[in-house]
Amino acid sequence: MENIVIIGNGISGITAARHIRKKSNLNITVISSETKYFFSRTALMYIYMGHMKFEHTQPYEPWFWEKNRINLIQDYVETIDFKNKSLSLKNGQPVKYDKLILAVGSKPNKFGWPGQDLKGVQGLYSYQDLLELEENTKNGIKRAVIVGGGLIGIELAEMLLSRNYPVTFLVREESFWGNILPKEDSELIMRHMAEHHVDLKTETELKEIIPDSNGRVKSIITNNGEEIECELVGLTAGVSPNINFLKNSELDLDKGILINEFLETNQKDVYAIGDCAQFKQHPKKDRKPIEQVWYTGRMMGETVANTVCGKKLAYNPGHWFNSAKFFDIEYQTYGWVFNKALENEEHFFWQDKTGKIAIRLAYDKNSRLFHGINTYGIRMRHHAFDK
Amino acid sequence: MRTLQKIGLIIFIIGITIFTFSPFIGSYKVTDDILKTGLSEQQYANLSKKLNEKLVGQTFSFAWQISSVFVNEYELKNEEFKSKEEWDKVMYDNPQEVALSLTKSSATGFYATNILLFFLLSFGFGVLGAIMYFLPDVILLGPPGIKNNHIYRRPSTNRGLIAYFVFAYLIGFYILLYFYPAQLTNQILLVDPLSLLLNGNPASRWFLYGVLYCTVMLTMGVRMYIKYRNNKYQIFRTTSVLFFQVAFAFLIPELLIRFNMPSMDFKNAWPLNYSFFFDWNIDNLLNSGAIGAFMLFWGIVLTLIIVPVFSYFYGKRWYCSWVCGCGGLAETLGDPYRQHSNKTLKAWKFERWIVHGVLVFAVVMTGAALYTFFTNQNTLLGIDTYSIQKAYGFLIGSIFAGVIGTGFYPIFGNRVWCRFGCPLAAYIGIIQRFKSRFRITTNGGQCISCGNCSTYCEQGIDVRWYAQRGENIVRASCVGCGVCSAVCPRGVLKLENGPEQDRIIENPIIIGNDGIKLNL
Ligand SMILES: Cc1cc2nc3c(=O)[nH]c(=O)nc-3n(C[C@H](O)[C@H](O)[C@H](O)COP(=O)(O)OP(=O)(O)OC[C@H]3O[C@@H](n4cnc5c(N)ncnc54)[C@H](O)[C@@H]3O)c2cc1C
Ligand code: SF4
Repeated sequence: MENIVIIGNGISGITAARHIRKKSNLNITVISSETKYFFSRTALMYIYMGHMKFEHTQPYEPWFWEKNRINLIQDYVETIDFKNKSLSLKNGQPVKYDKLILAVGSKPNKFGWPGQDLKGVQGLYSYQDLLELEENTKNGIKRAVIVGGGLIGIELAEMLLSRNYPVTFLVREESFWGNILPKEDSELIMRHMAEHHVDLKTETELKEIIPDSNGRVKSIITNNGEEIECELVGLTAGVSPNINFLKNSELDLDKGILINEFLETNQKDVYAIGDCAQFKQHPKKDRKPIEQVWYTGRMMGETVANTVCGKKLAYNPGHWFNSAKFFDIEYQTYGWVFNKALENEEHFFWQDKTGKIAIRLAYDKNSRLFHGINTYGIRMRHHAFDK
Repeated sequence: MRTLQKIGLIIFIIGITIFTFSPFIGSYKVTDDILKTGLSEQQYANLSKKLNEKLVGQTFSFAWQISSVFVNEYELKNEEFKSKEEWDKVMYDNPQEVALSLTKSSATGFYATNILLFFLLSFGFGVLGAIMYFLPDVILLGPPGIKNNHIYRRPSTNRGLIAYFVFAYLIGFYILLYFYPAQLTNQILLVDPLSLLLNGNPASRWFLYGVLYCTVMLTMGVRMYIKYRNNKYQIFRTTSVLFFQVAFAFLIPELLIRFNMPSMDFKNAWPLNYSFFFDWNIDNLLNSGAIGAFMLFWGIVLTLIIVPVFSYFYGKRWYCSWVCGCGGLAETLGDPYRQHSNKTLKAWKFERWIVHGVLVFAVVMTGAALYTFFTNQNTLLGIDTYSIQKAYGFLIGSIFAGVIGTGFYPIFGNRVWCRFGCPLAAYIGIIQRFKSRFRITTNGGQCISCGNCSTYCEQGIDVRWYAQRGENIVRASCVGCGVCSAVCPRGVLKLENGPEQDRIIENPIIIGNDGIKLNL
């Protein structure tokens, strides 16, 4: 029987494993270093805020893996020998594979800021990051600075504010998530952030992090020369594929692991899915080569499972969609809405009196063809748009 | 604001302390007159001599001193009759109940003469303090939205010391209420004036329970309104359940007594209302003229027609989350503990066995009761039908529904009774699972498997299991409280009624993946 080995037990790797099991009797091994069992990264914030315990973020009970004969190894893969189809692990014995699926996810970006490795400076991606955050805030802090205004940044802000730690939020753009959201949308969110007492500084970048005598962060300096005292710096300026351990191997890499539409890498029987994968050319022309979201990881996992089980399948995602929650405001997007209307495009924007509920539609000026929608504080139906 | 909350908490604690320790501040004096009015002729004849010796003329500091003497004498006398085989002389009343009527009428002194003052100090302070504690949350919790911060970081809601204390307190209260009511003499005295006002009689222990139930629900209802003020459905069902409790379960039955009619909670359907078909109840209804006949008719229609029809259209929620009193307490007092329901597959298996087991028990017990009613035979297959009723009343009615059902809130979640024990829930559950328009939809592929829905499901349903697959949730136990939908950060879940067709889809394709769709 063929040995299928998956590195990474995140949503993409686990979805692949589950679907391979549904379709076949192949041996499945999942190797991952972060945690023994699959957990939902998207729920990290809720653990810190006390909505859930860590075990609640694990979608499957421990018996599930045994029952479905999915062999779990908690270890770190140090190198891959693609010729001999073998993996060397940090602690355990080498593992042989017939087919290998790389689902190794991302890591937080660090842009070489002075002081970025000081104590009290951290990203938010892994379970270990969460533990570190608990450690960093266990005695309470007077202020935190968050650098980089995206989805993880605002989640981190919400987490810290839940414990009444004041937050200063540095955003490079003119407005929050301004490279994605149109002006009014972004303003709606910023009003809501102000309501939650986030001290938002737009058009501000981090220049330097200053240590105290113990090598702990004491303050930061912005590009405007302002010094802000803080005991915690959250680096949330995006993520990038977690491929350092694959550098200097025969694997074809760019920012991520390069793949074709069948999710195949340049190595035989080796696939890459999820956050770490980068399409040489995305099968859909309106999509980006790297899409680091939960949903795409899940779709790639399901797709690759077909291929591995002998039913070769190209990745063919439907329309783009995404969702998030900005404090109390739920956001959903469907299709494409850019921060500025395209040349042949018009936007329709409506918001209610409270300024907390809004819709934006993007459509073609002439043909009135629908391009995409953003909603805030309203729940829309997915099926309706797929049709 | 926080100071206000702290003061509120202190006032609340004072109120509940006075309520709890009121038995220690009374005094009781038994007279022969009290015995004469409190006991039946037979009891008086049998017991007055001993009781005169041991009780009359003395002043006691605690009600239990009287009740224990009384119960002891009562049982000794009965044993004497039994050993002499003088069956017609044996007394069949509940001695605890009789003892309570004695202790109540013998209460004297400062406490007994200042009942209103103590009512204000206990009930008044309790409610005032609780409201002072909840109200500032309108501001403290920030803008409307889901407010589950710190639930797992507080000992009160994360099975800490406070939770265990509440657990013990509730269990203790139910044991006294059901089995040793005389111990609650002073608490029952507190609501005497209200009882006289409403139904014209002094308060029984059930009257105290009714008042407490309504007070607790209304007070905790205020908390619900604040916590879920962003969510229309939660506001609606909280209002509904408060209305049905106060009007249907409390006021109407009490007023019926005042007008000399049989008392009935018109929303309480058999088999939750397990004594409805007992011969004494049917006899009582049949002897009460047109209104009694109507009540009997209504009770049957409620169970056989109204419950299934409404459940077909709206699912179980119309009863369990909008109407029922047990559900009402669970959704108000129990809401802070909803996350403790066990979500494992094992618990689900256990649930199916036990809840349907109770349903079978209820059906058998009622069948036997009806057999007795129609044939006047007391035994069926050699078993005394009254003993089945008694066993059911004790095991299910008192222990399961009361002691476990409410007492276990802080540790095992707020719907222990509804999930594992309620025979009506089992009955409606079967309808909901197989013949209903209700389902929770999961909006295609939007779930991020975060787990909020499963964590906050009070019925222990692993909602996420379905949501992350894009499957509708159609489960017998779902009471449609809507909290999974409320806490979902991605707007995935929606409670809906719709055509039965396509209600259950086994292996849906997760939306978004066109490749899989085409290759089917
Ligand atoms: C805080 C936060 C919130 C988010 N919220 C959302 C959201 O709301 N919606 C959304 O769409 N997306 C969200 N995302 C993004 C989403 O979580 C990711 O896109 C998704 O988890 C990626 O899944 P994956 O399986 O590709 O990789 P991962 O989940 O990163 O899994 C990769 C695993 O591989 C392990 N690994 C890596 N290298 C090795 C090695 N050499 N040996 C052994 N193991 C290794 C890693 O430790 C990791 O456990 C969020 C991310 C974060 C951090
Ligand atoms: S709460 Fe919503 S997003 Fe989270 S697991 Fe449940 S359905 Fe999915």
